[in-house]
Amino acid sequence: MTEDDQAADRSGQAPDSFAAAANAETSDTSSRDSAAGNSGTANSVDGLLASVDDDGLAGYNYAYLDEHTKREVRRAVLKAIAIPGHQVPFASRPMPLARGWGTGGIQTSLSLLGPEDTFKVIDQGSDESVNAANIRRLADRTADVETTTDTTDASVIQTRHRIPEEVMTEDQILVLQVPTTDPLRKVDGSDDANRRRHAHKNYSKMWVYLYENVVEWGEIQIGAAYPVLVNDRYLMSPSPVPRWDTPKLDDADTLFLFAAGREARIYAVPPHTDVEPLAFQDRSFQVERFAEACRFCGSRDTYLTEVETDDGDRLFACNDTSFCEKRQDNPEIEKSHHLDRSGVEWGPPPARGGDDA
Amino acid sequence: MSLLSVHDVKKLYGDSCGDCVSLTGDAAGTNQCPDCGTVVACADINFEVHEGEVLGIVGESGSGKSSLAEVIALDLEADGGKVRYHPYDGNLLDANYQERVELRNQHVGMVHQHIRDGLNLSFSGGGNVAEKLLSADWRRYEAIRDRVRDLFNQTEVPVERMDDAAETYSGGMQRRVQIAKALATEPELVILDEPTTGLDVSVQARVLDVFRRIQREQGVATIVVSHDLDVVRLLADRTLVMRHGRVIESGLTDRIMEDPHHKYTQTLINSVI
Repeated sequence: MTEDDQAADRSGQAPDSFAAAANAETSDTSSRDSAAGNSGTANSVDGLLASVDDDGLAGYNYAYLDEHTKREVRRAVLKAIAIPGHQVPFASRPMPLARGWGTGGIQTSLSLLGPEDTFKVIDQGSDESVNAANIRRLADRTADVETTTDTTDASVIQTRHRIPEEVMTEDQILVLQVPTTDPLRKVDGSDDANRRRHAHKNYSKMWVYLYENVVEWGEIQIGAAYPVLVNDRYLMSPSPVPRWDTPKLDDADTLFLFAAGREARIYAVPPHTDVEPLAFQDRSFQVERFAEACRFCGSRDTYLTEVETDDGDRLFACNDTSFCEKRQDNPEIEKSHHLDRSGVEWGPPPARGGDDA
Repeated sequence: MSLLSVHDVKKLYGDSCGDCVSLTGDAAGTNQCPDCGTVVACADINFEVHEGEVLGIVGESGSGKSSLAEVIALDLEADGGKVRYHPYDGNLLDANYQERVELRNQHVGMVHQHIRDGLNLSFSGGGNVAEKLLSADWRRYEAIRDRVRDLFNQTEVPVERMDDAAETYSGGMQRRVQIAKALATEPELVILDEPTTGLDVSVQARVLDVFRRIQREQGVATIVVSHDLDVVRLLADRTLVMRHGRVIESGLTDRIMEDPHHKYTQTLINSVI
């Protein structure tokens, strides 16, 4: 058993032992006083040990969350779909990991998953990070779903800070983890004032921020979480995805759900919704530019990140590892290879030529 | 036709007993209702502003002139009355929030008494003016820059300082940036609330000079609210004198300065000169 497994088990254990303690209390009220000092009663220790022996899932509902929680999350999701880009509050539950580590995304994914689903988890483009692996394993254990690392196989994908390179379809849902929900917080720390701005579609302060950006840098210098206007109404943070991924939200076939567990907010971009990055007519929105191709697969039409190898070498490589592996096997493979049509717009237009390196 | 006409505008602070207006005013010698304690900031206010005209409103502190200015600038809800304003169809006081925002963005400029109400000091001076243009849906960066530069030239704010934070500006510069901001979208009406408060005399003169020149050139109708008779004397064609929430005298500025009829106006002018 790896250390991660143990950690997952331990945290998964906690509610069970609480339940055991509660049972003991109802059967014998006088035991409450002695419980703290005398926790070594044969009953409770045996009970605890016995529950360690099974797979730790006894007493848990399907997909970890109880049905009321799932209903609550689904309601928020439906409302969010009905009002594209609007931040809908929901009762974010404590999860077996700290808030800020994807708890909103996990609650949303687990509320959506059914036994027929295939689930994929991405953490900054990678399927293999500890957090992604653990979230995948939680769904595997509690919701009994198939898991995959192949974007085209998944029906529900939970992701942190990336949208996959392969074109997503109307049969898929992308759940994005969100650390900071309100794009206006960058320009004003008061959520109260910002909510009023959203209500009145008053985004002049964000515009001044962009203006001053251009004054200072000659172009808009926002790295990730580039503010977008959804359905010509609400200003929305697309979560800290790179600018590269932002155009993928516009008029997509896929449903995008954004969930923030710490801030207890869910918002959505339904399929075929207009999503427009804020920019001036003469200072347009720009995606990241890369001078090189991916060192591993040679791609020039994917989002690259600079990585350092064990020898201290610095090189550029695809951030989406699952697609990079496919490209390594077959360099000709298109982002829309799995669709029955070609020329699908997904992400930035292929502006980079082969010789600008 | 007049640009702005104001009928029976009323603004009360407090839960009114119903008789507040008749129990206060010039004859009663107070603006606070003796029965219920409600403050009658303004009542029975009637006046008109014509295109290109400058109307002065003078009065002592607490006379209701700032409340009146804020009601007309759509920053404050009135408790009754009718305001017709040419760009808006209907009673201006009934405009909903969205209409108010549009009017403020396009058709009314306000220069606030307190700098912080009018400017965001952490933005650059240029950014503050740009905010007004951006609110009015300007979306071409170069066009915005050109307009801001132009406005800075007109208001005599050094253009090379336009990208510095507004908090690094002197008080007079901040005031002139506010004027630039108020004029940015070429509104039909500008409201100046105490435009010279807190400035020394030479800077006051420069701010007023700048404004008077632009006002003459562009023919923008203006309401100047001030406790300072000199400001009103310099700018205004016509003047209202307010006390205890009522207009007690109105007329051409020269007439009021030279031949004040009301006892309070006489005291006011004598105490200045």
